[in-house]
Amino acid sequence: MAKKKTIRTIPQERTPVAEQDPQERVTNFAEVSHGYSNEEALLEAERCLMCPEQPCVAGCPVSVNIPGFIQKLSDKDYRGAYDVITSTNLLPAVCGRVCPQENQCEGVCTVADTLEPVAIGRLERYVGDMAITADWVNLPYVEPADFRVGIVGAGPAGMACAADMAKAGCEVTVFEAFHESGGVLRYGIPDFRLPNEVIDAEMGNLEKLGISFECNTLVGRLFTIEQMIDELNFDTVFIGTGAGYPSMLGVPGDSLNGVLSANELLTRCNLMHAKEFPDYDTPMPPARRVAVVGAGNTAMDAMRVCLRLGAEEVFCVYRRSRTEAPARAEEVHHAEQEGIRFKWLTNPVEILDDGQGGVRGMRCVKMELGEPDDSGRRRPVPVAGSEHDIDVDLVVVAIGTNANPIIGQTSKLSLNKWGYIETDENLATSMPGVFAGGDIVTGAATVIEAMGAGRKAAGQMKQYLGIRDIDVPYRLEGADTLFGIDQRERNFVRIRIPA
Amino acid sequence: MTSEQTAKFEIVAREDFSDATYLLEVYHPLMAKAARPGQFVIVMAHEHAERIPLTIADYDTAEGTITLVIQAVGKSTREMQQTCTVGSRLHGIVGPMGMPSPLGQAKKVLCVGGGLGVAPIYPQARGFKEAGAYVIAVIGFRTNSLMFWQDKFESCCDEVIVCTDDGSAGIEGRVTAGMELAIGRHADIDECVAIGPPIMMKGAADVTRPHGIKTMVSLNPVMIDGTGMCGGCRVKVGGQVKFACVDGPDFDGHQVDFDDLMSRLGRFSEQEKSAMKRWSESCRMAQQVPDAEPSGPDPEK
Repeated sequence: MAKKKTIRTIPQERTPVAEQDPQERVTNFAEVSHGYSNEEALLEAERCLMCPEQPCVAGCPVSVNIPGFIQKLSDKDYRGAYDVITSTNLLPAVCGRVCPQENQCEGVCTVADTLEPVAIGRLERYVGDMAITADWVNLPYVEPADFRVGIVGAGPAGMACAADMAKAGCEVTVFEAFHESGGVLRYGIPDFRLPNEVIDAEMGNLEKLGISFECNTLVGRLFTIEQMIDELNFDTVFIGTGAGYPSMLGVPGDSLNGVLSANELLTRCNLMHAKEFPDYDTPMPPARRVAVVGAGNTAMDAMRVCLRLGAEEVFCVYRRSRTEAPARAEEVHHAEQEGIRFKWLTNPVEILDDGQGGVRGMRCVKMELGEPDDSGRRRPVPVAGSEHDIDVDLVVVAIGTNANPIIGQTSKLSLNKWGYIETDENLATSMPGVFAGGDIVTGAATVIEAMGAGRKAAGQMKQYLGIRDIDVPYRLEGADTLFGIDQRERNFVRIRIPA
Repeated sequence: MTSEQTAKFEIVAREDFSDATYLLEVYHPLMAKAARPGQFVIVMAHEHAERIPLTIADYDTAEGTITLVIQAVGKSTREMQQTCTVGSRLHGIVGPMGMPSPLGQAKKVLCVGGGLGVAPIYPQARGFKEAGAYVIAVIGFRTNSLMFWQDKFESCCDEVIVCTDDGSAGIEGRVTAGMELAIGRHADIDECVAIGPPIMMKGAADVTRPHGIKTMVSLNPVMIDGTGMCGGCRVKVGGQVKFACVDGPDFDGHQVDFDDLMSRLGRFSEQEKSAMKRWSESCRMAQQVPDAEPSGPDPEK
């Protein structure tokens, strides 16, 4: 056993990661971050103190055994590291790239009390990428359970739920309305942040678990949730359809032709390959000078897509300040490096018509921060007499989404007053056997939170079906001893006794 | 359900009404069962294709098919005219989308279809007839040679008024002329449904407005997903923003802002033109290839 590490003995600096040069990368859709080399990964792994409190595990929505995989990595047992991660998270290469680690595992890392936190996300990505290159897949022994599970939506929540149900031996079918699976990973997150090959590889592993995907299937309209149970004989159903329905600005000029939602822009670019028009048939709106309203991850993605499509200047217009911006810190940083012009504390009041149905500019007011509102963030209030125009010809709206109405229109599920599906604390809906999770329950959140909800629902669905959970359950209350009896009863997996 | 059933998307029948208008019957038993009048599908012809919304013109539960009537106007629809032969398969078709048309308690109904809109008005006319209404159909075409489905309408409607712009069949004039005629004959029409190009639906709504006849129109703006996610299909109805894909596609014709709709339909006109030009050129190139072949070495010799 190695000598116990202390905050003084570990490498003091967080290992930087190589990135494409900002001037270069705004001309292409290749990934920004090159990821760690082997040496860099091993060096960064040294920085984990292996502290007994493991706050990072509690900080992870799917409770990845972070010190466990980092230890394997340090031991150069790469396959072991992969198996540790994938026992709770099947998409390490995806999550390493898109999780807001600074608010989760890295935000609570013990090292961060004194130094920069361990780069957990980059290490996770390193292991995930290695698995893709080496074609590893963690396929556990599955005991057939003779239940049929229907999953609505092939995004992060649905896939996480599908994986757990497949591992429990169920016959799992995932229904997706688009012609390709992946949900927001596919239509929303651009290639320079999450390459399609990474999604393909990790989604492919789900198919190897025996999950079948039915694309081009709009549940609610082709058949209802009720029909899934009554006619299509699913024993239980999980709904993970996402938030959908983008909010528009609600200011004059909102319906001009140069105004579109970030969802539309990103879907055109990512899923429909509009960046490769005319080789692909879907076009992109022309964009010379662009204002993106909002400062979340979607807004950052939209701005950086516009730059790569050749926009001369791209503004970020956000009514609060940088501190309140909901995007991952790294995304804001990357956007700044690439030359996005941030207009903090600025709010649009009108979109100006060019006389031909297009946009010639956006009228804004300056804002200042007042008293904290319901969200705990300081409420922005307009500054009198601060009206000014920005010269833009495209306005992209990235101020969030509302609940997608389709499932609510077509089933008798209880919805809350905002139209999201109502569930109890176990993610059970008002309909027996039907569970829901992710953005369609909570409103827009993150990929990993949706995956956490999918896994939590899977745990409840297994209970509903009477399947004994041989897997580590989703963050049970006070479950300090996760290496419990069930595991030993059902298989020959070696049990680790906590030190 | 099996994947054989939902993944097939095979074209089992095709009929060409004219040089530009063609009908496709697509095998999709689940959709044939689920479809209702007023709903639409989104079609992707091939892997690189656009997703295009098309109103369902008919559905046959027994045969397990849905019927689409398409007008070759842009690159995608012209390409489909060439490639969508019987036995071929669409890359994707998803639906039925949108809210079904409310076929309410109307006793006497005017069903108005203009051009391509004649196809999707058919299931509505049939639906109203099945619900016990007296149905008057007004169907309009530019000219006689573009006409289709007159027989289908005659078999399910109490009256059929055909209008052609040049008078080569039925009465001369646009559908609005036929509507005036019908309203003149029947003072007790309590509902009108109009489907066709935006300018026609606008005209139809203008005809019924003074008579206070409730008029539903079916809007078909640019959309991508058709599930409420992109907001590209937003339309103004009664001063409010609605998404045609999930809030519609049917709206009160007296409330719709048609000028806004027509402006938004032109969003990608520049790109559409360039795609069309490029495609036409590639077609010409392809046609020239066989001519070039004889000059090469003949493998037979």
